[in-house]
Order: sequence, then C-alpha cells, then structure tokens
Amino acid sequence: MIHNEHIRSSNFEECIKCTICTEFCPVIEVNPLFPGPKQAGPDGERFRLKNSFFFDENLKYCMNCKRCETACPSGVKIADIIHSARMDYGTVIPHLRERILAGTDVMGTLARPFAPIVNAVAGSKAGKTVMDKVLGIDHRRSFPKYAGHGFIGWFKKEKASIQDSFPSQVAFFHGCSVEYQHPEVGKAFVEVLNAVGVGVRLMDEKCCGVAMISNAMWPQARRNAIHNLKEFRKAGLPVVTTSSTCTLTLRDEYPNILALRNDDVREDIVIVEKFLSDMLDEGDIKLVFRPDYKAKVAYHVPCHMEKLGWSIFTRRLLEMVPGLELTVLDPGCCGIAGTYGFKKENYQYAQAIGQPLFDEIRAEDPEYVVSECETCKWQIEMSTGYKVVNPIVLLYEALDLDKTREANMR
Amino acid sequence: MKDGYDVIIIGGGITGAGTARDCAMRGLKVLLIERNDIATGATGRNHGLLHSGARYAVTDRESAAECIRENLILKRIARNCVEDTSGLFISLPEDDLAYQATFVQSCLAAGIDARIIDPKEALTMEPSVNPELTGAVVVPDGSVDPFRLCLANVIDAKARGAEVLVYHEVVDVLQENGRVIGVRVLDKVHGEVKDCYGSVTVNAGGIWGHHIASLAGVNVGMFPAKGALLIFAHRVAKLVLNRCRKPANADILVPGDTVSIIGTTSTRIPYEECDDVRVTPDEVDLLLREGALLSPSLSSTRILRAYAGVRPLVASGDDPTGRSISRGIVCIDHEVRDGLKDFITITGGKLMTYRLMAEQATDAVCARLGISARCTTAEVHLPGSEIGGLEETARKIWEVPTTVQKAAVGRAGSRASQIELDSDEGQGIICECEEVSYGEIASAVDHLDVRTLTDLRRRTRFGMGTCQGELCGFRAAGVLAMKTGNASSARKDLRDFMNERWKGMFPIAWGETLREAAFTQWVSKEVLGLEDNGI
Repeated sequence: MIHNEHIRSSNFEECIKCTICTEFCPVIEVNPLFPGPKQAGPDGERFRLKNSFFFDENLKYCMNCKRCETACPSGVKIADIIHSARMDYGTVIPHLRERILAGTDVMGTLARPFAPIVNAVAGSKAGKTVMDKVLGIDHRRSFPKYAGHGFIGWFKKEKASIQDSFPSQVAFFHGCSVEYQHPEVGKAFVEVLNAVGVGVRLMDEKCCGVAMISNAMWPQARRNAIHNLKEFRKAGLPVVTTSSTCTLTLRDEYPNILALRNDDVREDIVIVEKFLSDMLDEGDIKLVFRPDYKAKVAYHVPCHMEKLGWSIFTRRLLEMVPGLELTVLDPGCCGIAGTYGFKKENYQYAQAIGQPLFDEIRAEDPEYVVSECETCKWQIEMSTGYKVVNPIVLLYEALDLDKTREANMR
Repeated sequence: MKDGYDVIIIGGGITGAGTARDCAMRGLKVLLIERNDIATGATGRNHGLLHSGARYAVTDRESAAECIRENLILKRIARNCVEDTSGLFISLPEDDLAYQATFVQSCLAAGIDARIIDPKEALTMEPSVNPELTGAVVVPDGSVDPFRLCLANVIDAKARGAEVLVYHEVVDVLQENGRVIGVRVLDKVHGEVKDCYGSVTVNAGGIWGHHIASLAGVNVGMFPAKGALLIFAHRVAKLVLNRCRKPANADILVPGDTVSIIGTTSTRIPYEECDDVRVTPDEVDLLLREGALLSPSLSSTRILRAYAGVRPLVASGDDPTGRSISRGIVCIDHEVRDGLKDFITITGGKLMTYRLMAEQATDAVCARLGISARCTTAEVHLPGSEIGGLEETARKIWEVPTTVQKAAVGRAGSRASQIELDSDEGQGIICECEEVSYGEIASAVDHLDVRTLTDLRRRTRFGMGTCQGELCGFRAAGVLAMKTGNASSARKDLRDFMNERWKGMFPIAWGETLREAAFTQWVSKEVLGLEDNGI
C-alpha cells in the first residue's frame, strides 16, 4: 500500500464535515464570538498551516469540555487541535490571575493554614470586589472554601499504618481539591476501598496540571506531568482517582497536549467508580448497603466523564444502592470548565451554558446532586444552592462498612 | 475595415487574459473571446508553481532567465495571486550529488539566486522534507494561484474597456483579401451565431490554438503532453520542494493556498484527447511514490483530488517525453510565415511567462496597427495587489479583521474592500472548508462573469476544500439561482458541479476521501433530495 491510513499528526483530515461537533458545542450556542469546534478545529487548521495570520484569538473561548470530541464519529481530536493552535500561535501570556487560578496546589498550601481568614476574605464583598477589579476574577463567583485540615495529614495519622495489611493495593491520586477543599472525598475513598479489602497508598503527587494547561502555563504543566508519570511508574500499582478531570488529564492530555508518552501506565489510571465496577465484574469484591439508606439524588455527568465514556460505571454503582431514587440529568455542560468560569470575561457565558442544567436540577428538586468533578460541584452549588457530592461519598454513606468488610474477608 | 475592435483575442486562459490587459492598457479597443469559462484549459490545470527558473537552469538557460525576471515582476504586481514561499532543491541518496554544483552554477548564470545549504538547515527550514536528504539548495520559488491571476488580468482588462465574451466559441475565422477581419462565434448559452470584427486577431488558444489556426487555414503544430497531478488536503510543506536532478516525473511539491500539489507526469496524447484527459491508476501510484520521496508525510496525508492538464508545447523534433522541448515563447505573425495578414498566434511559453508572452503579442498587434504605446504591465499592479501582502491589506481595510475577512483578503487582496464583508449576511459562510463568505459569492456572481457553479468555484475557491462541495454546493446554488433569477437550471448546474467534483475524487477514492464522498452522496440524495446520480 503506497498510501497509508491516517496518522495522528493529520488527524484533523479525518473530519468529514458532518458538523455534529458544532451541534454539541455548548459555547457556540451562547457566545457568537467563538467560531465553533469545526471551524476552530479541523477547518481552521488548514488556514493556520497556510499562514499563522489566520489564527483567531477567539479560540480562547473554547472550554476544553471535549463534548465535540465525544460527539465526533470520525475520532477527530477537535479540542486538542484547538488547544494545540493556542499553544502554537496564541499570544496570551499567563498573568497574575492565571497564575493564581492555575496554582491550585501552591495556593492551597499557602491558604490552608489561614483557611478561616482566607475563606472569609474570599467570600466577603470587599474581597470579591478586589479580586474582580485587580485580578479579573468575576465578583459574582463564589470561591470554594479551603478546608482547615487536609486529607494527607488525616491519612498519615489515622490510616497509613494499616494499609499494608490489605491483600491488594492501589495508588490514590487524590488531586488538589481533595487535599485542600474536600478531604471528605479522600476519606470516603479510603474507607470504601479498605472495606472491600484494598489498601491505599499515596504518592508524592503534584497537581495533574489541568488548570495550568487551561491558563497557558504549559511548561509548568509539563514539569508536573513528568513528575507524576515518574511517580506512577515507581508505584507500579493501579492509579485510582476520584476526580474525572484529573483522570482525563493524566490519561489523555499528557500525551495529546503535553506530548508525553504515557502508554505504559495509561490503562492503569482509572476513576474509582470504574475500578470498583471492574472489581465487581471480576467477582473480586462485594458491596453490602445499609437497609435504611434513603435519598433522592440527581446525577450530573461531567463533560470529562462523558469523554472518558465511564459514566456507565457510576450509574451502575448508584443503581445498586437500595433506597436511592436516582435521576440522570440531561447531558450538558455546567459551564464552569475548571478555571474558565472564574474569569470575568467568561462569567456570563459560563452561567448561560449551565442554565439548562440549573433549571433541570431545580425542577427535579433532589436532596443533592452527584457528580465526579469538583468544579462542576462549585458551579452547581453556587448557581442552584443544591449541594453536590462526589459519588464515592454517597457510596460511603450508603454502604454498611462493617458488613462490607466482613463480606470481603478472605 | 468594418466597424469593430482594434483587436480580437481568442482564448480566455492566462495568455489571452494577459494580452487583453496589455492591449487595453495601450489604449486598444479589445474583445476577448473564450469558448468556456476563463482559466479552464492549461491555465487552471497545472502546479501553480511560481518558477524561479531553477528547474530549467541546466537544460534551458533562456527560459530560466525569463522565469526569474517574471518571477520578480509577479511578486511585485500580483501580490494577492502569488506567495513568496521560497523553494528547496533537494538531493536524495539515489541522486548524483555532483549535479548540485552544475545546477547552482547554471542558476547563477541565469540570474537565479541559488544557495547551497546544509541538509540539517534544510530540515529546520522545512521539517516535512525527506530527512534522508544529502544536499539542499534554496531558490526563490513560490506559488501562484492561476485562477486568481487570470481573473485579475480579466478584471483589469475590463476596467480598461475590454469586452469579454465567455461561453462563446469561435467557429470560423473571417477573412477578406488575405486578411483576417474577425471571427464568427457561437454563443453556447443562447445558441446564437454572430460575427465580430477586429483589425487584428490574436490566437491565444493554447493547445486549442492548433484548431483556431486551422480555421484560419494555417498550421500551428502543437505537442499535447498530458501532465497528471494530485492535490493533498492541507499544506504539508511551507516551501516548494523539488528534486535536484534532471527534470523528471512527480518531483515538485507546491504549497498552493490551503493545499499541496504534487506533480507532474508527462505523457504524449493524441490531439483529439485534449478535451477529456483523465488520470490513470498508474499515474496516481507514480505521483504518490515519487511524492513521498520529497516529503514522506504525503503517504499519510489525505488526497483531495487528481487532475490532469495538457501542456501547450509547440511541437518540434521527435522527443517522445516532451521534456527537452524549450518552454520558449512562440509568437507568429502569420503574414510573415504564411502570408495571412492581421493574424497572430501567441503560444509556447508557460504560466510563469504569460506577461512576457502578452507583451510580445501586444507588441506585434501594435506594430500592425502602427501604435507606439509602451508596455507597462510589469509596473502597474493587478487589481487586488495595490496595498500589499495579506496581513498588511487586511489590517488596512479592517483594523481587526475577522477570520472571514482575512480569508477574503487571502484571495481577493485589496479587492476585498469592494466586497460586502461587514454585515452578518456578508460574512455568512457558504463554503466552510475554504471560508468563502456570502459576500464573496454574491460579489462574484454580480461582477465576475459567472454562469455556473463551477465558474463560481474558479472565482472564489468555494468547493475546493476538504469536503469538495458537500454542503456549499447547495448553498451556492441557492445564491446563484436567487441572483440570476434562474432557478430552473440550478438543479442541473448543481448536479454538473457535484459530478465534476466527483470526477477528481474518483481516481483517489479510498480512505477518508471515499468516506467523505459516501457521506456527500447521502446528504445530497437522501437529505437534500438531489436525484439522478447526484454525485
């Protein structure tokens, strides 16, 4: 065969112009400045290759939700093409705001000792005004609260010593939000995994880098990625996560955006719902639920969970919970896209994108919303007032841990 | 002499268009006649290479010197039609590196700025070049959009008073007392025949000039040589890539607008086949095999189309390949050669030297008419080229140009300022792959002698992108029908357009191109209701 099948570098040519990506783009619907995934991606790429003058700064409005890629029947990496164009031709330089928003771990380390003060200032009108005027972080945005005590400290003190006693082990990539804002997610993770007989190890992890990637801090993101991949290889264990965005970043953004090969560890990186579901399939674990658990919840599938194609595992676990009244919300982006919705220039679009979702939640009126993504949580809680929990937290609350532990004794 | 034109020019290719412009600039009353649309012959069926002349430097120094002179002129007067990409002549392990020295010497002697560079430097300049190269020479090659160049000449000729008849076929050359006094033309759209009279008639019919001459009772022996080319879906290389060896098959890769073009082959064909040349599977294989030697990534790049043109060389000698023939210009005053007065044939040459050909033909016309006006085509900008390059022009018209406006400037140059591109309607996209707006389509229909969708494609590049007319064909058909008020023929026109797109896709219909074609067929027939072999 003289002419090969197509390769990655010219992946954009696999587009057959069906335009389904544009139909699924949440941004183009609310922001006419954004040319849409087809035009910004495969179509625009041909023009940028002709002359970099054709680069359109409006590509910055892409949220990287990857709904276009999920929809594409030809497997074109549309969001990656757009992002790569921003890397190659964009003129945006990360300023203080970008550094603050992207520095999830640095900011967390600095803020946590002063959590009550930081939370109070960030939540105050004066604090919000300053952030709006000085930094360009929209004053209508609520900041996630920093937890006074982190996950790692709790784990080391309470749980680390017993982990080796379990017959199998996983490495937990907890991510920044578990350490700095939502340690209860990490705690639930450890309790549930321990209950099914799986020990948990922590690594010397750094932020996955997704916020750096979104804020044009690619060299920093790459440094973190190299470090993390080294840690994964050293651990030699399944790397299990609780955040859908961290998961997608570790698996797909590392090779596709940061050009780092991860094929030796990629298949080992899974979100905990898939991990548990696979174990159930193999007959390796059993789950015993509390008979008295009752809740009405609505499941919002984060965009990156859609891209991973793994929401089916979360649904499966949730459907196992007796006494759980579960509604799966219509597919749709919440609008925040990590740090995107924090920015003043994006705020109105972020809220407009999320509006149908917010309306649906209000109409469903659940006790709370379930979602694997921490920034979806922030957005939905701020915009609807409904509490959002990670599915592992729901499982933790619904499981009879003692009976589960007994059932998994070997 | 009956009341008529100073000069009738037969042939709306680049030679005829250039001659019409030159004659109009010298104050003549001009009629340009074309049997189809402008740029439908060899003009629209070549590489679009803005030769530096390097390719001919060793074998034909005179042509090489002509090329570099015209190259520099076009880079100045036709800035929206040409692109100064620069070019590389690479040597591969199987090539004789000793040829490089001869090559560079010949280039310099012809006035071509050729510079040997380190192969590593060549890879930095052009990362897609075959990494096994053993030598590289930089030359001032570029690319030229022949449709645009031909159009610019027609637009300027018309602006200077020339009349243009497209879809008018010359069926007879009218003579009186040993002079040519005009032509009889068939209006192919309305089926009417009429006579046009001119003091001098110029045969600029390219390969079909053989037939025109025979209508006048004289003989111009043409040498039809088919050349096949492939269009790849995007720019694989930024520079023109050539092999540094004696000119051979498929050894030039040209970045043209949004695509890349590899070619050519050279096969002698009978004159009767000139009107319907097709690309064979063997030619496709050869182009792919040789192309991948210039740039290995071609073997994994989507191919859009295959097409072929006929070189209008003047027959001489019996070289079966046609490559050793001089690409030199042939300007025949048939009074001198055949005793037929007021009839001039301008032929030979190439796209690159069209301006010089036009100058020579116009000089001959002026000599017959006793006019002494000087040729100024080398100095006066063509329409669209007045302001500057792409970026400069776009920013001059709009402070912050949108992508659609930039794309329009990329094609029309400064003429984009005359196109309605400020409103939402004007900026509405008709062809998504090539970013052709409603404004451009509407302007072309209104001002640029468009009769069919295929004409419209040649004016605007609509339908020339990745999807080859999947949706834009329908959109443009709507605009054309609305503007001309002629909806009854729109369906047939659309079918013809889609079939013409498929003709080019057929020889390379596999992989993504075949998927695209199947999808297009489904959209055309099942969704939009275009029946009867819509594709």
